[in-house]
Order: sequence, then structure tokens, then C-alpha cells
Amino acid sequence: MKNFAYSRVSSAEEAVDRSTRDHNALYIAGGTNLVDRLKAFLDEPNQLLDISRLEMKRIESTSNGGLKIGALVTNTDLANHTEVRRQYPMLSRAILSGASQQIRNMATVGGNLMQRTRCSYYYDTAFACNKRQPNTGCPAINGVNRTHAILGASESCVAVNPSDMSVALAALDAIVEVQGEQSQREISFADFHRLPGDTPNRDTHLEPGELITAVILPPLSFARSGVYLKLRDRASYAFALVSVAAVLDLSGEQIRNARIALGGVAHKPWRASEAEAFLQGKTANQSTFEQAADIALQDAQPLLYNGFKVDLSKRAIRRALAVSARGGGIA
Amino acid sequence: MNEEDKKLSIKQKSRRIFLGRSLTAAGAAIAGPSMIQASQEYTDQESAMASSATGETTLQLNINGQSQTLSIEPRVTLLDALRETLGLTGSKKGCDHGQCGACTVLIDNQRVYSCLLLAVMQDGKTIATIEGLANGDNLHPVQTAFIDNDGFQCGYCTPGQICASVALLDEVNNGAVSYVTPDLNSTPQLASLSETEIKERLSGNLCRCSAYNGIVAAVQQVTGQTPLSPAN
Repeated sequence: MKNFAYSRVSSAEEAVDRSTRDHNALYIAGGTNLVDRLKAFLDEPNQLLDISRLEMKRIESTSNGGLKIGALVTNTDLANHTEVRRQYPMLSRAILSGASQQIRNMATVGGNLMQRTRCSYYYDTAFACNKRQPNTGCPAINGVNRTHAILGASESCVAVNPSDMSVALAALDAIVEVQGEQSQREISFADFHRLPGDTPNRDTHLEPGELITAVILPPLSFARSGVYLKLRDRASYAFALVSVAAVLDLSGEQIRNARIALGGVAHKPWRASEAEAFLQGKTANQSTFEQAADIALQDAQPLLYNGFKVDLSKRAIRRALAVSARGGGIA
Repeated sequence: MNEEDKKLSIKQKSRRIFLGRSLTAAGAAIAGPSMIQASQEYTDQESAMASSATGETTLQLNINGQSQTLSIEPRVTLLDALRETLGLTGSKKGCDHGQCGACTVLIDNQRVYSCLLLAVMQDGKTIATIEGLANGDNLHPVQTAFIDNDGFQCGYCTPGQICASVALLDEVNNGAVSYVTPDLNSTPQLASLSETEIKERLSGNLCRCSAYNGIVAAVQQVTGQTPLSPAN
């Protein structure tokens, strides 16, 4: 990796101020993705601003019964938090399904939202890549694309977002709190990550210099039967081929409300809003779940090697909904 | 800088200085002008490296109970600092990308991959490596269990596997759950920790020799369970 200047900042404001003045500066906290990217020469910052010692490590209850999670809370601490396990089990389970214990001990909540794709062409500087170097081309579209996107992709990029945690946060309608040069703002989770379009170099809607300071979980009365199902090439320590965060709000047999988000299929955590709308008022049974899964994947556009993801996603949705209907647990 | 730190700092630079001086001496004694020039260039390179070292940062680490002060560039990983600067080669470089676990060490009692951490960011922290687990000649119970249960073959992944297993015991004792924990509101106990739990919790450490059965048995032994004999 190329050398860089290093400094430890003492406040979020200082971090944002310095980052705004030097667009070649990068924030570092856990570093689990960034240090690897530095080694691969994917990022070559002038300076790293170490935010890891800032006071953003608390999980607090909010006045309306939700939770506010500091951006520097580790993945391990969030997954093991008593209230997260109790109220938002899909989030605990999603985090615990990701990476390994060592990485979860290092990785932060803010960093998890900022991790970049593991597309093998993006990672290999011998190949062109529109995400790494705009307007150079995308070898994945006609290449080895077994792990790539089936929803929301573009002519420029078929990479997928690798995060598990973000899939659960999408289903839970989380809010991302960010510190900008002038002020703080809140971004709804659906608007945080972006689809590739013709600018796949941008993963999120963050403005230059903006720093994630917290993630807010609104209360969700029925989240306790939420599930996270992850399907991958080996039983543990692998990125998702397909994953599903899902929960049903039942009144007897009748579905009052549903949340479904998919991972491993798109450039951002994919919320299946049409399937959710279809489920409202229906009877919770296998036939209903099958129709919802078909709706969720109706716009899928598989590539040469990832056609299996369409059926795999449908099966995963059906199973996740069925387990949530039984009260949740391991899907 | 105390005496111990001076020695460390000298140790890092002494080999290059020695090589530079030997070349100069040899050139002066036996060679003509061209070789003297070559040796001069070598010495110039040395000073160029020294000037780029203005980017070095001084940090203090507590490693295996000893305070260490070192000067390194910000881009040096903790793994490289341990192995190359401090001579602690027990932590292994397998993939160097956080995919194999051979570099696992404990920072403030938590297991981490030292290959993905910048050493400069660990300033002031307490680090335990495989070299610090035994108490003199008395092995740590996890080390003994790995020997008793054939928890390795070539041994390259073993320091990481053992550090990870030591942390696993702590985590379970502290009530940590895993992806395969059936009920997230009911925490597993060491005495009844299932094989599935052990495998999931150690999935961040790969063993190319596939000594996994022995590794799982070693962990079972330390948790007070009776492992199956390796022959089964």
C-alpha cells in the first residue's frame, strides 16, 4: 500500500472539517474493509483520519421506544445487545451471519454501511471497472458473474452490496444520522445506498466530507418475530449469494403488515415493497408466500451465470416468511 | 526512550547500516573508482530511506505484559509490526487479507485479525499473542488441549486457532450469542456448547490440513466436555 499521513481526530466536527478540506482524505475506524482496499491499491488516500476513539460507542433507548446506535459501536456489541436480541432479532442474526468473530470485533456500524462490493473485477486492478475508475467498462457483465446482481443493475455495473447488517436495517426502516460541514441531517435507510446507474463509483448518497454518527432504529411492534436467512457457498464466513430479512405482523391468520429485504441481489439492500403491499390483508399460508416471492422477483434480470439466484431468492423469501409466521427463530 | 526501546530501534536499522558500511569498506580496500561510486550510491539510498522515515510515528504497546515503544510508518499493519519490528513471529501471515485467521491476536482480550489493523491505531492498547499465553513452562490449557487432541498437522494456523479458541471461551462465559444459537434470548453455556456452535464460532480460522475434528475436540476438552477420540 502507498504511504499516507495519519492523524487522530478529537471530534466529529474536526473530522468533517479536515475531510471537507482534503477530498483525498479517508476516515478510518475498524478498517476491516479499508485496510484491505489499501493493500490492493483500490484506494490511495493522502491521509487517514482516525475516528476510532471518538465518543460514538453507545446504544441508547430513544424517547419513542426505538434505539440510537453510535456509529462506532462494534458489530459484536450491537449483535449482542440485550434489547437488539429481544426487539430486533433479525438485526442480531444478520450481523452474526456476517464475516467472522474477529472481524465483527473490529468492524463498526458506520463502517459496515460504507463497505464496498467484493466484485472480483473491482478488486483486481488488472481489469477495467467503472466503480474503481469511471468510464473504463464493466468486465463482469459478460464475465464470471455468478455472484452478481439480478435486480436494479445497469449497463455500467452489476456489482452487489456485501453487507448483511444493512439488509436488516433496510427492512427495519432505520435512519442514518450524518454530520456535514454545516449541519447534521438524517437519511432514511432506503435513500442511503444508491443504485449504480451510470455513476457506480458512488455507493451512497453521502456528500463529500459527511460522517455517519449514528443509526436510529424506530420502534416496530412486530419485529420480534423477524428472521434473517442467509444462503452462501459454505456454512459460515462467506458473503451471501442471497439473503432475506423478513417479518410478518399477524392477527390470527391474517397478515396486517410485512417487511421483506433482500441481500446479495443488488447494488443496495433491496426492499421488496410490492411484495409487502401484496401481503397486506392476505391469509398467511404457503400459497400467499409463493405469490409474494414471485412478485418480489418479477423484475429480475439475471446474467449468464447467476440465473439460479432468482429461484433461490424466491425459495428464501418463502422460507423466511413461513418461519416468521411461526414466531421467528432460526430460518 | 528507555534502554529496551533503544535496543529495538537499533535492531531495526543495524542490518542496513552494517551492509552499507561493509560495502564502503570493501570498496575502499580492493576496488577501483567505479565500485566506490556504487557503494556511495548505496549509502545515498540509505539516507533517502531515512528521510522518508520522517513519516514515522512513535507508539507504545503493551505486548504480552511488556511495554514496547516502536517507530513505524502509518501503513504498517500490526501483524508486520509484531513479526518484522518486534521479532514476534508466532502470529502468522497466511492470506494477509483477513480471510484465514492465522494472524489472530487478542487486543484488550478480544480476538482480532492483526493483518487488517494499522499498528499506529493500536497505540496504548494491550495485546496478547501466542507467545504470551503460556505461564513459563506451563502451557495454557487451550495449548495443552490442542496437543492432547491432535488439533493441528503442519501447525501454521495453530497460533491463530489457539488465540481464537481462548477468546471463544471468554465470549461464551460473557453470554455472547452466535448465528447458530437457537434462541437469542437464552445464552449458551460452555459445558453444553454444541459442536455446531464451536464450528460456527471458529469459522474465522481456516486449517489447510483440515485438522478441524481435532480442533473441535480440543475446545470440547477445555469446556469440560468429553471429546470423541480422534480415531472415531
